[in-house]
Amino acid sequence: MSTLKPLAVALALASGVAMADSPGLGTHITEGDIAAWDISILPDGTGLPPGSGTAAQGAPIFAAKCAMCHGEGAKGTPTAAALVGAPPLSGGIETTKTIANFWGYSTTVFDFIRRAMPFQAPRTLTNDEVYALVAYILALNKLIPENEVMNAKTLPQVKMPNREGFIIRFPERI
Amino acid sequence: MKRFAPVAANGLLDRRAFLREGTALAAAVTGYTLTKAASAEPLADAPWSREMGSATPPVQTPSRFEKPVVRTLSNPNNELRNSHARTPHQMLQGTVTPASLHFTINHGGIPDIDPAQHKLVIHGLVRQPLVFTVETLSRYPMVSRMTFVECGGNSAPMFSPEPIQATAQALHGLVSCSEWTGVRLSTLLDETGVDPKAKWFIAEGADSPALSRSIPLKKGLDDAMVALYQNGERLMPGNGYPMRLLLPGYEGNMNVKFLRRIKLIDQPAMSYYESRTYSQILPGGKAYRFYFLQEVKSFITHPSFGHALKGPGFYEISGVAYSGNGRIAKVLVSADGGKSWGEAALQEPVLPKAFTRFRMPWRWDGRPVILQSRAWDEADNVQPLRAEFVARRGETKKPPNPLAFPNQHYNSLTSWAVDSKGEVKHVYA
Repeated sequence: MSTLKPLAVALALASGVAMADSPGLGTHITEGDIAAWDISILPDGTGLPPGSGTAAQGAPIFAAKCAMCHGEGAKGTPTAAALVGAPPLSGGIETTKTIANFWGYSTTVFDFIRRAMPFQAPRTLTNDEVYALVAYILALNKLIPENEVMNAKTLPQVKMPNREGFIIRFPERI
Repeated sequence: MKRFAPVAANGLLDRRAFLREGTALAAAVTGYTLTKAASAEPLADAPWSREMGSATPPVQTPSRFEKPVVRTLSNPNNELRNSHARTPHQMLQGTVTPASLHFTINHGGIPDIDPAQHKLVIHGLVRQPLVFTVETLSRYPMVSRMTFVECGGNSAPMFSPEPIQATAQALHGLVSCSEWTGVRLSTLLDETGVDPKAKWFIAEGADSPALSRSIPLKKGLDDAMVALYQNGERLMPGNGYPMRLLLPGYEGNMNVKFLRRIKLIDQPAMSYYESRTYSQILPGGKAYRFYFLQEVKSFITHPSFGHALKGPGFYEISGVAYSGNGRIAKVLVSADGGKSWGEAALQEPVLPKAFTRFRMPWRWDGRPVILQSRAWDEADNVQPLRAEFVARRGETKKPPNPLAFPNQHYNSLTSWAVDSKGEVKHVYA
């Protein structure tokens, strides 16, 4: 195919017809310059930043920055969902989806807190604060021991109870 | 007076009467109702006909008599939670939703984006990461297409074990249809190049939660678009100004608004909205993940809950049908709760993944009826009957708050009962 391209260009030039090439108006950028926006974490831990935190470090951060919506001890309020509890999913199609009964990947907890929380001031937490909050919430749900340190290595290894609870609806579309 | 053959019980008439006879039928039908009606008053000039009208505004807004035609809001005071606004289907006609009435769901308010400063970056598993601006994208070859966008949680009140008495807007208002204009995503991916290892891409918005979804690259290279215009004008702020991802036929939340970043990746990110919110629990406790598709669906908008029929005689039954799989092939309408069906006329053009307006002439004899519609798409998918749908997908234990999303992706039938007084109620049939 590559040998055809110069020929096509030559023909287009010769005939005076505008080339069908793309406009090429995008500006080059390096991954380094995208870093501030590149906040997605993959389930295998790709994208997790340096830093660490424990439940003990997370508790006061939660009380100061999260409890006004999520309630004391993360028990929930009318504004925001409870982050503790694990009602069985067999209890009905409207069962509240919690981290412990539903979420398949611990990395989602880090990704979502870092990108979207606190609701009124997203992306203001340090990476250490996010790791600490993740540790606090996972420990409240007894998904990790109280004193376990969350970091880029330990977080993706947390066993999530509902990991295998999903059916891909339209696998042929992937 | 000409008679038209009934096609199903309780006064449903042959749709071909409209298609073949056009104005002749309309005249005949009008004649029928007028002969039954009292004589009209003598005509006189109204005050507004005898004076100069108001000044011409730069941007038109609807007549002051159309004040009730508004979206309904879930969070009018912008409290710290998401906000839904629902389209008033029972007060609209045709297939295009006015941009001002297009449904919106925003998860952190509506950002006030300066288009001169907005950027879209495409990176990850590409040959060359590139940044685009509104200005540069506006120079690219564009395409326009009519496409519906539907929230994965639209029609969630239909999971209630008892029919919730609410309008088509309250039940189905999280779907709308626009003409979208923009640049094909495949054009931009041609310029960045695609690493063969890429199987998915993350789309992320410039709103406060940096809303992100993982989307199969297959869809991105198929009919995905970076949309800049909605019904000919720039996108409405609540619909993603200045640019949004458009994935025709796919769950609304995946059509990421305020689009600022696309990252090609080899595995889905399992973001909050795909791994939690739009994964739905099934009876027994398993859950569907990666539903993507908004499946074939229809509902009658005229008449529907909140309308009152003014006595027996002619009415047109109409509604919208759509499918994320392609074109609508057929819509059947019943006036006896599904015992007998007649085929509705499909208003041209019938476009893939867009609203199709269906119409059915109807002469109501004044007795109670139950109206339903059922749609098929060109891939022969059919709207499931409610009994079979809830057998597979379940119901809530108690009627939910109509603003809540107890489950997702309802595409079964909607039934409206007209009583002998002409009042329309929501029923299951």
